[in-house]
Amino acid sequence: MTLLAVAGLTKRFGGIVANRDISFEVRPGELVGVIGPNGAGKSTLFDLITGVTRPDDGRVTLDGRDITALRPDQISRLGVARTFQKLRPFHQMTALENVMIGALQSTADVGAARRAAEEALASVGLAERAHAHARALSTGQRKRLELARALATRPRLLLLDEVTGGVDQGAIPGLIRLVRDLHARGPALVVIEHNMQVIMELAQRIVALQLGEVIADGQPAEILRHPRVIDAYLGESWRPA
Amino acid sequence: MAAAGPLRPFLARAVPLLLLGAVAAFPLVFTKPFPRHLMIMIFLYGALATAWNILAGYCGQISLGHAVFFGIGAYTSTLLIREAALSPWLGMLAGAAIAVVGSQLIGYPVFRLRGHYFAIATIAVGEIIQALVINWDWAGGARGLFVPIKRPDSFVNFQFHESKAVYYFIALGLLLLALGVTRWIEGSRRGYFFRAIREDQEAAASLGVHVAREKHWAIAVSAALTALGGTFYAQYVFFIDPESVFPLSLSILICLVAVLGGVGTLWGPLVGAAVLVPLSEGTRVWLGGGGKALDLLIYGALIVLIAVFQPGGLVGLAGRFRRT
Amino acid sequence: MEIVNFAHGEFLMLAMYVAFFAWLLARLDPVVSFPLAALVLAGLGWATYHGIIRWVLGGPMLAQIFATFGLAVFLRSAAQFLWGVDFRVVSAPLLGGRASLGGVFVGLPQLTASVAALGAFVALHLFLARSETGLALQATAQDRQAAALMGIDTERMFALGWAIGAGCVGVAGALLTMFFYVFPDVGAAFALLAYVTVALGGFGNVPATLLAGVIVGLVEALAGLLIAPALKYAVVFLLYLGVVLWRPQGLFGRF
Repeated sequence: MTLLAVAGLTKRFGGIVANRDISFEVRPGELVGVIGPNGAGKSTLFDLITGVTRPDDGRVTLDGRDITALRPDQISRLGVARTFQKLRPFHQMTALENVMIGALQSTADVGAARRAAEEALASVGLAERAHAHARALSTGQRKRLELARALATRPRLLLLDEVTGGVDQGAIPGLIRLVRDLHARGPALVVIEHNMQVIMELAQRIVALQLGEVIADGQPAEILRHPRVIDAYLGESWRPA
Repeated sequence: MAAAGPLRPFLARAVPLLLLGAVAAFPLVFTKPFPRHLMIMIFLYGALATAWNILAGYCGQISLGHAVFFGIGAYTSTLLIREAALSPWLGMLAGAAIAVVGSQLIGYPVFRLRGHYFAIATIAVGEIIQALVINWDWAGGARGLFVPIKRPDSFVNFQFHESKAVYYFIALGLLLLALGVTRWIEGSRRGYFFRAIREDQEAAASLGVHVAREKHWAIAVSAALTALGGTFYAQYVFFIDPESVFPLSLSILICLVAVLGGVGTLWGPLVGAAVLVPLSEGTRVWLGGGGKALDLLIYGALIVLIAVFQPGGLVGLAGRFRRT
Repeated sequence: MEIVNFAHGEFLMLAMYVAFFAWLLARLDPVVSFPLAALVLAGLGWATYHGIIRWVLGGPMLAQIFATFGLAVFLRSAAQFLWGVDFRVVSAPLLGGRASLGGVFVGLPQLTASVAALGAFVALHLFLARSETGLALQATAQDRQAAALMGIDTERMFALGWAIGAGCVGVAGALLTMFFYVFPDVGAAFALLAYVTVALGGFGNVPATLLAGVIVGLVEALAGLLIAPALKYAVVFLLYLGVVLWRPQGLFGRF
């Protein structure tokens, strides 16, 4: 059984191939990590899956349905939510209103959406900041806000781009717990992560990218032993703790 | 002002009611044409700026071509009087309908653009339409159109020569309609989507907001309300031409009114109109003739100051004082 | 830097008044006084950046648009207030009459203006593409933070950008007075054509702008000839909207 299937995705920007023939699958409820050095094409992959950019070649299917040519909002309504690496809160709206945008997809009733949004904010630990403007939140709080916003769309598949990027070390364990909590609610997660320790702790399976290509796909333990991964990534920047 | 406990909600209810009462009583107290004219202009510009605010303030699409919809309203009702002897009230509805259709056609290319480029494209649209009307002989061309005067005054004919009081209440009605629609959108799902699009349309789309459809809704509502104002203007002044109802300067004036008062707020556009219209009419009376443009000089300076120091407009300024 | 100067036309108008008054008061022909106009306008551009633009750069889109819009309204009505709405004209300019270019007659003032404009284009392009300051300016426009990290004084670069832009308008305005009336609203039509030309070519690209300028000029002339003179600008704007439907980033824009 497959929730998301990516088959042969290729994307070029001018002469640069950002993604080359990428294929992998995500099963319902699975937690998949995507790793790779800077410029490996991780965020481009998310953009292709969510319809922000169109691939030059290849297909994305959700529950067997081809979603390659759909718009981002259509894909969102089919149950795929995402966060952005470069955070994009609605600055002049309150945290609660930010999350309500997500909640309003499944209901036209503003009151019901408000209650759903309050619940989503509480589940990421932002309840007491509900009425603060998004621009007044710290980076860590904005990360949580984006999670709550995505969560409020009730996704079946949640794509998280660098949850722990740019926050201080002390905030990381809390964010990891939060991702686990979100996962326990049922959706499948695909997590882009730079921090190897975080990804080893979280992921059930890891897809490793380098220069736009999949170089390994397997259990975290296998990935750690995979020669190409060690060459490409771990050898340089990862030191076993 | 720190109103204690139960006084505050009471005031919140009482003040608008009192204001509304005062506004309703105004033409009974002031029977001279000038103060009534002043109020009519405040209501009209307040309504136009409120309509513009729906698209620009809430949905973030800063149109500099709204005179197009105003002109459509003015020309539609006036041409329908000439061609079909239709009551301007029906012409008003027809004008709003044509403005909605026009807005959808305009939206198709311009909504592909963002920010400054969107604004430029809407200016271009305005200039195209104005040039077309100037060269459209059937619609009066550059000479314009007179609304045939009919006496005695009648509601069906939308002509009231005896007293400005009726115009006063019609303009007030237009304003209240625009404010009511804004209030309704503000509290609805659509209003939330509009604001999300204003803040970040990619992020909005990623949460399932159909960005193009929402923008088309915003411009449709905004265009319809603006067109109503156009018909009102034609029936108030009895003469329209491309220079008076389609110019870029009118589009700009509508924005300036809203920006001064406070964009993206319910009351901002009205506040802006209440400040700018008396300023403009006042300098005109005071200096005699509009030739010296002193009112625009002050507008321009005010707008720069607002943009630099208080993008929230006068309403934002008031909010800042209340909080401190 | 992703900010459009909606007072561009009013800058042009001021440049024309500078040239006009230089002629009226000191009998300086525009051919002579255009460096003065360039200098005055560069100063105005620099002052506009420091007085207004830098304060709204990080602010909401609306503030950015209306800051320069307010300035446009202010400058236009100030001109009207000070100098009235009358059309003024530089009579008997040094360069008059026509020149024959391979059998085609062209007004000498127009020809001079074209040559000077081409010269300005080449100079601007060379400055941006070759000089160190020009490259720094481009870098700042593309990514302010990265440029700052490279040790570029981005504040100065922005101010310089505004000074250069306004200076070019100064040249254009002064030369325009050789064959065009001066009045407070004169800038509006030119500015709109300028925005459309730049947007048509693609922002931040000097050669593309030149090419777009030629296209706009040709379309305008042909539309005036084949359709109706009164509709020539409408046709240009329609062309722009058509291009936007197909390529929102302009003909040669990259993003």
